[in-house]
Amino acid sequence: MKRLLKGGRVIDPANGIDGTYDVLIDGDRIARVDRDIPPSTAPGARVVPIPAGFVVCPGFLDIHVHLREPGQEHKETVATGTASAVAGGFTAVACMPNTSPVNDNAGVTEYILKKAAEANLARVYPIGCVSRGQKGETLADIAELKAAGCVAVTDDGHPVASALLMRRALEYTSMLGIPVIDHCEDPTLKLDGVAHEGYQAAQLGLKGIPGAAESVMVARDVHIAEFTGGHVHVAHMSARQSIRAVREGKHAGVKVTCEVAPHHFILTDERLAAPIPYDTNTKMNPPLREAADRDAMLEGIVDGTIDVIATDHAPHHYDEKHVEFDRAPFGIVGLETAVPLCLDALVHPGKIGLRRLVELLSVNPARVINVVGGTLSAGAPADITILAPDLPVTIHAKDLVSKSKNTPFDGWELKGGVAATLVGGRVVYANPAVTIDWERVQPS
Amino acid sequence: MSAQPTPQVAAAGPPAGEPALTGLRRKDLLGIAELSPAEIALVLDTAEAMKEIGSRAIKKVPTLRGRTVVNLFFEPSTRTRTSFEIAEKRLSADTLNIAVATSSVTKGETLADTALNLEAMHPDMIVVRHASSGAPYLLSRICRSAIINAGDGMHEHPTQALLDAFTIRERKKTLAGLKVAIVGDLLHSRVLRSNIHLLTKMGAHVWVAAPPTLMPADIGRFGVTATTSVEEAVEGADVVMLLRIQLERMQSAFFPSAREYFRVFGMTEARLRLARPDVIIMHPGPMNRGVEIASEVADGPYSVILDQVSNGVAVRMAVLYLLAGGAEHETAA
Repeated sequence: MKRLLKGGRVIDPANGIDGTYDVLIDGDRIARVDRDIPPSTAPGARVVPIPAGFVVCPGFLDIHVHLREPGQEHKETVATGTASAVAGGFTAVACMPNTSPVNDNAGVTEYILKKAAEANLARVYPIGCVSRGQKGETLADIAELKAAGCVAVTDDGHPVASALLMRRALEYTSMLGIPVIDHCEDPTLKLDGVAHEGYQAAQLGLKGIPGAAESVMVARDVHIAEFTGGHVHVAHMSARQSIRAVREGKHAGVKVTCEVAPHHFILTDERLAAPIPYDTNTKMNPPLREAADRDAMLEGIVDGTIDVIATDHAPHHYDEKHVEFDRAPFGIVGLETAVPLCLDALVHPGKIGLRRLVELLSVNPARVINVVGGTLSAGAPADITILAPDLPVTIHAKDLVSKSKNTPFDGWELKGGVAATLVGGRVVYANPAVTIDWERVQPS
Repeated sequence: MSAQPTPQVAAAGPPAGEPALTGLRRKDLLGIAELSPAEIALVLDTAEAMKEIGSRAIKKVPTLRGRTVVNLFFEPSTRTRTSFEIAEKRLSADTLNIAVATSSVTKGETLADTALNLEAMHPDMIVVRHASSGAPYLLSRICRSAIINAGDGMHEHPTQALLDAFTIRERKKTLAGLKVAIVGDLLHSRVLRSNIHLLTKMGAHVWVAAPPTLMPADIGRFGVTATTSVEEAVEGADVVMLLRIQLERMQSAFFPSAREYFRVFGMTEARLRLARPDVIIMHPGPMNRGVEIASEVADGPYSVILDQVSNGVAVRMAVLYLLAGGAEHETAA
């Protein structure tokens, strides 16, 4: 089947395209992107008029997602997580290996991919463990993991605490061409901290996690990446000192990339105290930091230091969050809130343009994990995200598609949302709040 | 209501410019941070009337007759729990003590479920102590009962600050303009946080002293003067308040040894001579003699440490009475 997306603003940074274009989809591939493709040249195609003001871009990839399967299906499954992804405009997710059992062998990787094929929504790229059992001692069988379909390795949830193991991992993966993703956090500086070490935590009597707990390990990883030549990708940056370390590494030509989550460039630790004191949906790791850190994240997004926006989608059952603050698990869901938050907080205030947003959500994430996508080139998979940048969106936690509802953005009114999500040419999500006629066959 | 005398609000009154209050128009007492100066003054004034009840031969009034108060303690406590219990009994409330060791919490029940189960039995007030900062807020969101925070983690211990203020006011007549030096483990202290809120709201000048390892982050934003010089903090002080140094903290390298702590920060008679001649010495207890305080100071004439304990009962009676509706409740009954 062919579909011709007529009109709309098409942004495809990889091909230098930004303007009113048509996109012709043939089966599961992009066939052609051009100014005004006459329907007569695509006989039998369904002609889909894209409303004025909508944006057609290569599908978004969220490279930091916890799908929780196998083992924690009460929080999320591959099926519910990928449904949440496409509802949030993501055509692909990379999923973290801290499942139960952990993804440190081909058997678990294959299980996840089987579940993803059954769900048949977003593409799923498993990420394997750096260390066997995520114990931080010996390397997992990383070549086997890659052969089974893993696109990167990480011990996410935990840092690679040993500098020696990080060295070996970066050396070993350089042979395989996959990155090591590090959850940077010095465990001796974090201790049993639960919130950013600053005024708010001090007032509320919460044990602190200083920004330096993150940045010392970012700096360490940059240095190890420099001398090993490996590619380190720093997960969920939150501290202003970390941005500085990555910026210096990039200037020195080190293969370092990094990501930031929307909550770290929008919220600060003031949310710990108000509007709901000790709201466990403001507890995540790394923690919400102070305004100077939040501003440094925004600066890194604007100046290019930050490569990727990733959500660190971390679903938790409400029972698990309905406890004392220091006993609650870290993390919030992010897949369905990310795009509205980015449009509202980054694009509409003029901090970045839509083209840069597409780089952060599509082009760069595809490059970091080295997968197809991030482009509308002819022959590429027809993974497409269509944005309605001016659509008023209200976040309702109870209406999230994800199995878990742990978000601090409940009730937020935002400007901008997802109109539709296409994976392999199929419309896997169509926002009921907008009207696009997907099935109209052109009169012959 | 019976013919028993109702507590009379003393004449001291609220700070100038604030309207007088007759009751705490709030469901809970979670922290001093949320109280206005007028509310603090109301509690302190009411406590004066309550203190008189404790000096009678028959130390009981029927004010809270028929009310059920649950003392829910998830942390061991002798002083605070006993003080609340005596306060409740003097007001004729039906009281019930639940300590963590005898509750189902050890069987893995969540705090929320414990609260819901208690709530199903319709208590009027729950006095809670918990090791997690913010736990009383969770209870407050779940329960219709009034929640009184009897100490939550490192966050607040509001009734301690109120009894401290009451004790200071007894000796100094006012809080405004006093120099209060607080020395000890500031980082882990809920007593510190409640006292800073209370004393600064009431116009006192608060100085805090500790090694940098035991200072909360951004202490400068708390509205106090922070120093690592105990001498500087104590100089000219009207009140010196010491906070307990837990010896386990040595294991986490917060300070090298009890001996060194005492050498640099311990409150000795020599250091105390820097304070005003009429200085009073306070400690929320339990004390480590020879660590944060020399025995000569703890037992000296300027020590009001046992007055603090006595006053704790009166202040807690005032809080229970005012949260139950104060004078308005009695008129309605």
